[in-house]
Amino acid sequence: MHDTIQMTDLSDDDQKRLALTGLEVEMKNRSGSFFQKDQDVCHITSDCQGIEFLTFSMALEKYPWVRDYIWKAIPKDKDKYTKYVASRPDPKGFVIIAKKGTKSIYPLQACLFMSDSAVQHVHNIIIAEEDSELHIISGCTSSTGRNSGAHLGVTEIYVGKGAKVTSTMIHNWGKNISVFPRSVAIVEENGVFLSNYVCMEPVRKIQMAPLCQLKGEGAVGRFSSVVVCTPGSFMDLGSTATLEAKGTSAELITRAITTGGTILSRGRIDGLVKGTKGHIECKGLILRDGIIHAIPEIKGDVVDTELSHEAAVGKIARDEIEYLMARGLDEETATATIIRGFLDVKLEGLPDVLQNQINAAIDAAERSGF
Amino acid sequence: MLKIDNLHVEVGGKEILHGITMHIKPGETHVLMGPNGSGKSTLLMTIMGFDAYHVTRGSISFNGSDVTHMPVHERARLGMGIMFQRPPSIPGLKLGKMLDVINPEKKPEFVTAAVTRMNMEEFVERDINLGFSGGEIKRSEILQMMVQDPSFIMLDEPESGVDLENIHLMGESIARLLQKNQRFIDRKNSGLVITHTGYILDYLDVDKGHVMINGEFKCHGNPREILKLIKEKGYKECLSCAKIL
Repeated sequence: MHDTIQMTDLSDDDQKRLALTGLEVEMKNRSGSFFQKDQDVCHITSDCQGIEFLTFSMALEKYPWVRDYIWKAIPKDKDKYTKYVASRPDPKGFVIIAKKGTKSIYPLQACLFMSDSAVQHVHNIIIAEEDSELHIISGCTSSTGRNSGAHLGVTEIYVGKGAKVTSTMIHNWGKNISVFPRSVAIVEENGVFLSNYVCMEPVRKIQMAPLCQLKGEGAVGRFSSVVVCTPGSFMDLGSTATLEAKGTSAELITRAITTGGTILSRGRIDGLVKGTKGHIECKGLILRDGIIHAIPEIKGDVVDTELSHEAAVGKIARDEIEYLMARGLDEETATATIIRGFLDVKLEGLPDVLQNQINAAIDAAERSGF
Repeated sequence: MLKIDNLHVEVGGKEILHGITMHIKPGETHVLMGPNGSGKSTLLMTIMGFDAYHVTRGSISFNGSDVTHMPVHERARLGMGIMFQRPPSIPGLKLGKMLDVINPEKKPEFVTAAVTRMNMEEFVERDINLGFSGGEIKRSEILQMMVQDPSFIMLDEPESGVDLENIHLMGESIARLLQKNQRFIDRKNSGLVITHTGYILDYLDVDKGHVMINGEFKCHGNPREILKLIKEKGYKECLSCAKIL
C-alpha cells in the first residue's frame, strides 16, 4: 500500500473534481475514508467503532471468512467485465464490515480516481451484520484530460437482518471514460437497502444494472437515480428488484434529463411471492434533442403481489414556466427553478450530509446551465 | 395606473375579447362580473401577458409604460401581480423555495410572518400546489402576493373553494394587499377582481363594477347595485339594460 499519495496531494483541479462527487478531501463529517487512484489503494482509515473499513487484501488477511462472501452475490462469469475482474491476480477495492448493532451517523467515503491507467478495476464487499446501519458514499471521477479509460467495479452487498445500508454513488467521469459497475445486494429479514445514484457530468458510456434481491421477510429495497445526460454521453441504467419473501417491497425512482445524450432507463421488479409490493417511477425531461428511452418492466408470478409503474417523458410545461414568470422570474431562471425541483427526489432516510452532497451536484449542474 | 384601450384578444385563433376599454386609477379596485365563459379570465391573463393570449388590436399601458407586448416577468417586475385560479403544481418546488425566489429582497422575518398570517406553516416544505385543496391554493396564492408585493393585483374568484372560516382571513388579507386599511387618498395599490358571488365585497371597498358578456363590457357602475340586479334578475337583464357609462 502506498501511503505517499493522499487526496490532498492531487492537483487543485482534480481535488475539485473529487469534491463534486461528494468527497471530503479533508474528511469532515466522514467516519472513514478510502482512496484508490488507478490500481493503487493510497489511503484507508476508519474511526467509527464497530465498522471495519479495509482494503480487499487486508480484509482477507484479517477475516478469512470474508472469502465466503466473494463472488457469492455475483457470479464470476456473469459477463466479460466480471470475468476480467475475477481474473486479476491482485484484487483491489474495499471491504466494509458493520458489526452487529453498530450504527454510523456519518457516512464512509470511497473515492475511485482514474488518473493514468487504461483500466481501473475494483471489487468491493459490504457486509452489514444484524441491526447495523451504515452509509457509504462512493465518488468516482477521473483526472481532467483523460482520452480514454474503463472503470470496472464489482460490488457485493449483504444486508443482514434488520440492518440498513445506504449507498450513494456520485459519478463525475470524463467524456472519454466508459464505466461498467456490477452490483448485487442481498437483503435479509427486515433489512433495508437504499441505493442512490447521481450523474450529472459527461461520460462516454455507462452501463449498469444493479440488482437487489429481497430474500428475507419485510425487506425493503429502493433505487433512486438522478441523471443529466449531456451530448455524446450514453447511459444504460437499469435496476432490478426481486421480491422473494412475504412483505418485501421495492421502489425504483428515476429522474432523467437529456441535453443531447442517450439514456436507457430500465427498471424491473419481479413479484415472486404473495404479500409483496413494487413500484417503478421514471420521469424524463428532454431539454434538447436527445433520447430518453424508459423501459419499466413489472412481472408478477402469484396472486397478491401488487406491482405498478409510471413513466413519463416530455418537456417542461409552459404553464409552469409562466407561473413563475408571473412572479417576476425571467424565463431562464424559471426554467432552471423547475428543473431543480424536478431533480429534487426525496431520498428518504438519507443523512443531511449526503443530501447536501447530492444538492451540491445538482447546484453545480444548474450553474453550468444544465 | 392601468389603461386598456380598445383591446381585442384572440385565443387559439378565435377572438374572445372584442374591444375592451377600461381605466383603473391608483388606489382603485374594480370588480369584473359576468357569466361563465364571457372572457373575464381572458382579460386578466392578457393583462399579465401569457403566451396563449394574442392581442390583435388595442393596447395596455401600466403606469405610463406600454406593456401590450411585454414579457410576463417584466410586467411582474413593474408591479403587476396575479392570483391564479388554477395554478399548476410543480413537483419538487417547495412553496418555501418559491417564496424565496419571488422576492429575494424581503427579509426572512417578513416571509415567516406572512406564512403564519396565512396559516401556511405546514405547507412551506410541500411541493407547490401539489395536493393542495381549493382553499389552500387560495391561501398560498395570497401568500405569494404578500411576498411579491405588487402595486396592481388581479384576483380571479378569490372566494371560490374557500370555507367559511377562511373567507374572513382571505378577505382581510386581500384588503390589506389593496391597502384598504389606509385612507383612500393614501392608497397606491389597485386591484381588479373577478367575482361571481360577491362575498369578497364584504371585505373590500370597491370603486367600480364592470359586467362582461361575450367578450364585451355591457355595463359599468356601482358594483353592489349591479350585483344585486344580477342576483335578482340574472345576466339577461344586463343584456337588455346595456347601460354603458
